[in-house]
Amino acid sequence: MMGADVVGRHSVSPVWPVVAGILMAISLLIDRSLTLLLLVWFSAWALNVWVANNARGSAVYIAVPVFFGVTILILWEMAVWLFDVSPVILPPPSAIATRFATSTDVLWQDLVQTIFKGALSGYAIGCIAAIGTALAIDRSSFLQRGLLPVGNFVAALPIVGTAPIFVMWYGFGWQSKAAVVVVMVFFPMLVNTVQGLKASETMQRDLMRTYAAGYWQTLLKLRLPAALPFIFNGLKISTTLALIGAIVAEFFGSPTVGMGFRIKIEVGRLAMDMVWSEITVAALAGSAFYGAVTYLERRTTFWHPSQRN
Amino acid sequence: MPMSDLGLPLPNTRANSAGRRFAAFNTRAVPILTVLMVIVGLWYAGTVRMNMPWTLDQAARSDIELTQLEAVADTLNQVRPVLPSPHQVVAELYNTTLGEPLTRERRGELRGNPRSLFFHAYQTLAPTLLGFLFGGVAGVALAVGIVHNRTMDMSVMPWAIASQTIPILAIAPMIIVMLNAIGVQGVLPKSLISAYLSFFPVVVGMVKGLRSPKLMDLDLLKTYAASDLETLLKLRFPASLPYLFTSLKIAIAAALVGAIVAELPTGARFGLGARLLTGSYYGQTIQIWSALFMAAIAAAALVGAVGLVERITLRRMGMAQ
Repeated sequence: MMGADVVGRHSVSPVWPVVAGILMAISLLIDRSLTLLLLVWFSAWALNVWVANNARGSAVYIAVPVFFGVTILILWEMAVWLFDVSPVILPPPSAIATRFATSTDVLWQDLVQTIFKGALSGYAIGCIAAIGTALAIDRSSFLQRGLLPVGNFVAALPIVGTAPIFVMWYGFGWQSKAAVVVVMVFFPMLVNTVQGLKASETMQRDLMRTYAAGYWQTLLKLRLPAALPFIFNGLKISTTLALIGAIVAEFFGSPTVGMGFRIKIEVGRLAMDMVWSEITVAALAGSAFYGAVTYLERRTTFWHPSQRN
Repeated sequence: MPMSDLGLPLPNTRANSAGRRFAAFNTRAVPILTVLMVIVGLWYAGTVRMNMPWTLDQAARSDIELTQLEAVADTLNQVRPVLPSPHQVVAELYNTTLGEPLTRERRGELRGNPRSLFFHAYQTLAPTLLGFLFGGVAGVALAVGIVHNRTMDMSVMPWAIASQTIPILAIAPMIIVMLNAIGVQGVLPKSLISAYLSFFPVVVGMVKGLRSPKLMDLDLLKTYAASDLETLLKLRFPASLPYLFTSLKIAIAAALVGAIVAELPTGARFGLGARLLTGSYYGQTIQIWSALFMAAIAAAALVGAVGLVERITLRRMGMAQ
């Protein structure tokens, strides 16, 4: 229902061009470069307004945000050149892209070390352990009433802070990063799974009983499928947490490879283009990871109202 | 709660409510306390297990025969244990908070005492709260813009949602150095990271909240010839409050994590993150654990404070469940 409820969607007020004109006139007094930037911004925005209000079809929903992103990149590039910003403070997107293209081998090694070895293994262990624990405490309402508030509480804590402890225990390698990730994803996963296992209705469970279904049959055929939307909610929250845990844990000690290590070192060397390249990789990996889980969710919970359009 | 609208206490329910309270204690608190006790028990077991090699090694080196009991006692009270025991962490927490003065004279001036954990907590909490304020206000402002402007909705909202899936925290070190290069130091860089982290949850939650009024209610306001501003203030904003508070709780926890992580890559000297870092450099495990618990207490207090404001506000508005 994107954009279904937008106030005044067809009323492009005549005030805005006037405001834009006044702002540009003022900027002319300060700096001509500023006027140029404002000109680009306002014309791009005007074009976006026109497209958003007049174009039809689903492609608009991709075209408008992409156009907005490109505008930001162009303004960034222009601002860096016009105001002669030092690359130590903010490198232009073109420099970042060049750096990215020339150091793909380093970036790939860092990606393998941090995401594939650290984050993904920890994610898998943590999620499986949490789902297992949820199933184990499922039969005891006493344990549930005890563990759920504790789990909810722990999920709000800055667990990332446990990173120095795990680095001490498991060394500088990816194992310590995986351990941090395990602890970070465990509690959100546990809380979501326990809630999900309660999602099936009494009527449905009664029906299973009339079929003389045992605990395991009820679990596999009714309660686990009913819990899937909740489990996927936890899995999606955990993707971001896993990446954060793996990257931040490297700030406390790592071998000479890894995204967190590279960010820390290159920040120290003031090689900001490399730092931005790593951040781009992190963003791409994060979106891809999240996208993959969302795809799985669509395929497995196609029956759920939230997945049906 | 029909009676509380009149500000009158409900009559003759004291005995009844005491009984109910006891029952609530039994069903709520007892399981939680049990779980907590099991955790502490496991912790003690872990302490004995993980510290035992060091104890035995030391005993063997100095040719001392330890009885089982003496060995266990030693594992619980090492100076640099692999895993400090709960009572060591509690003692350290007490000694560095209530046992230390908040300020102390340094270079002829009265300054914060770097031995006090309260001082370090303050160094982290000040940017957390400042950043939370910035991020919250900016987030609400952007959400209002998104709800009122179709172009803004279509161009910004996808990015706001996508930003939730990427590890934003990775840019923290860069922002610190960037601002340092242009001469911005102190509280501001840390609070900017906190603001950045608390910004997006507020935007996403608030947009959902501002759109939560039903079409019927919006139509009603239209029949009153209410302007967009009036609709915003009298319908959309009140309706959005439950969503706002939910996202504020997430945001303030994220802001604290942001402030802690912001202290890591630049080698800050003061703050909870700095405490974690120096602890890990010098192998001071007790210091790490006490800093960690202080961070946990701070997080609980912050989220609890937002929750309290939420409860009071929603109750006054008659929206409490």
